[in-house]
Amino acid sequence: MAQVIHPEEIIETIEVDKLLTKVMELKKNHYRISQACAAYVDEKFELSYSFADDETYQYHTLRVVIDTYAEVPSITEIVPAAVFYENEMKEIFGVKIQMISLDYNNKLYRINTTTPLGPKASADKEEEEA
Amino acid sequence: MGKRSVIPFGPQHPVLPEPIHSDRVIEDETVVEAVPSVGFIHRGLEGLVEKRDFNQMTYVAERTCGICSFQHGMGYCEAVEHVFGVEIPRRAKFLRTIWAELGRMHSHLLWLGLLADGFGYENLFYQCWRVREKVLDLQEMTSGGRLIFSVNTIGGVIKDITPEQFAVISDTLNDVEKELYAVLDTFIKDYSVQSRLKGVGILTKEQVHDLGCAGPVARASGVPMDMRRLGYAAYPELDFDPITYEDGDSYSRCLVRIDEVFQSIELIRQAMGKIPDEKELATPVKGNPDGEYFMRVEQPRGEAVYYVKGNGKPNLQRMRIRTPTFANLMGLCEMLKNTKLADVGLLILTIDPCISCTER
Amino acid sequence: MANVKRSPWLLHYDGSSCNGCDIEVLAALTPVYDAERFGVMNTGDPMQADIFLITGGVNTQNAEVVKQLYDQMPRPKVVVAVGVCACTGGVFKDCYNILGGADTVIPVDIYVPGCAARPQAIIDGVVQAVELFQKRSDEHDELVRKGGA
Repeated sequence: MAQVIHPEEIIETIEVDKLLTKVMELKKNHYRISQACAAYVDEKFELSYSFADDETYQYHTLRVVIDTYAEVPSITEIVPAAVFYENEMKEIFGVKIQMISLDYNNKLYRINTTTPLGPKASADKEEEEA
Repeated sequence: MGKRSVIPFGPQHPVLPEPIHSDRVIEDETVVEAVPSVGFIHRGLEGLVEKRDFNQMTYVAERTCGICSFQHGMGYCEAVEHVFGVEIPRRAKFLRTIWAELGRMHSHLLWLGLLADGFGYENLFYQCWRVREKVLDLQEMTSGGRLIFSVNTIGGVIKDITPEQFAVISDTLNDVEKELYAVLDTFIKDYSVQSRLKGVGILTKEQVHDLGCAGPVARASGVPMDMRRLGYAAYPELDFDPITYEDGDSYSRCLVRIDEVFQSIELIRQAMGKIPDEKELATPVKGNPDGEYFMRVEQPRGEAVYYVKGNGKPNLQRMRIRTPTFANLMGLCEMLKNTKLADVGLLILTIDPCISCTER
Repeated sequence: MANVKRSPWLLHYDGSSCNGCDIEVLAALTPVYDAERFGVMNTGDPMQADIFLITGGVNTQNAEVVKQLYDQMPRPKVVVAVGVCACTGGVFKDCYNILGGADTVIPVDIYVPGCAARPQAIIDGVVQAVELFQKRSDEHDELVRKGGA
């Protein structure tokens, strides 16, 4: 029988100004960045930064809920590997992320539409329905 | 210090099966920096949640990538099943495991073939693909499709494997194993292969951890990370250990994948021995998903994360797929530093890039 | 050069496909299915290619690449769209970054259906492409002969 290690996932909702401290703390506890993504829910951005521990298989997600105009600090200073995730959030959702270490300036995917999954896309959708 | 120049590479290039572009800054023959630019295959698959309901998304999720298509479908279904809180029938779990491991086998054999082509062994490439066709035949026999076979559904699977088919699988696996020993010897022992792979593109254990690499790339550097340990599908009932090597070079990454092919054969045999005889293949689900879940599965290329979030409507609010190649891109950039220009094509291959996964 | 049978070279480019058709194109060229017995050969160089196999739909970024590859190929040339995505856009038709099938940017001669297209179907498409290429080459030669005479 294989050993099953599956601790319950943690989803922790935090304020945006606590983000960097929390990321630093997780990094010190030897967590690895697993993914980061944004979601546009109820006219707000929900950012999820997930970290994983490869020994205990613990999955820890930091959840930040912000207004669409709010600015978020980049975590790439602490976790350089988050570069592509943050560029993706910026380009597809239009999350205002400050100081990404390697900023593609919305040229990661080079898509025609601006922020297809962000606020603008849903505004277009309403127009279509109207 | 030599003069620096920038060489653009791709998107269409003979060594690349898929389009990716990177700008390499080189000094004489040595790569100083590599900046990848992606987006040639970006489709915007995650945006389809607005137009397709959660059942239809199963088929879209499968088409994220044609190589690990079964595992994409499985990961998505498991995530939605967690949101619903349903337990799928035990037989369905075993069937999923068998198909997932067949997928891993054909993916790794495909990669070994491409690697052989990368270092100029065309015969070896053909031999690997010849063996791989047998695995594809098994997939076609059991599901009806060679690569994309849509047998997953929310709550289980829609097709069963008959006892006669199990007998064929068992025989074919014996053949495949025998032939693999003959073919794979070249990868392990050949002198010129070793000179191309050994000591090239080293990633240390610390680098792998910092850069967030996943799958065989991480295991080749001695990180025993294997998401099958999380106990999805029937893996809790099977016996296996993550395969790790310590060197972190291209050769280790090759060995990890070779060992995993044999591990997959072993896992399929175990699963076939333990599969319960049940009629029911899928638990029906009612209503719409309400809630969120992060599901992690171990794909041939490593840890894939599926995030689904629903609010009780047929259309999900957000579906996110973080594919292993996306995580390994950072590792690739690091690996390419201070290597010879001639090694770059081969090094890009060693992370097993799946660009259509990466860009979705 | 009349009555000469030609052995065209294949160029394969992956548009925004899911990889399934690409792998099947390669599988069709490897010895198990062996499309090479019909006198075609795979090449990575558009300047020497006669038949263009394109898989997957076209998105905003690779539209230019596809056009450029097509223009680089010498005349006469034949384009084969492999898989349903290259034919119409397929399952990704409604995605925000997909313009449509390959025929939105270049003229397509032969459509091979399937998701993923089976090697047998791809071989059928390639055989048709070889015949069409022969026809076009003959017409081309005829024109050159008349022009030269």
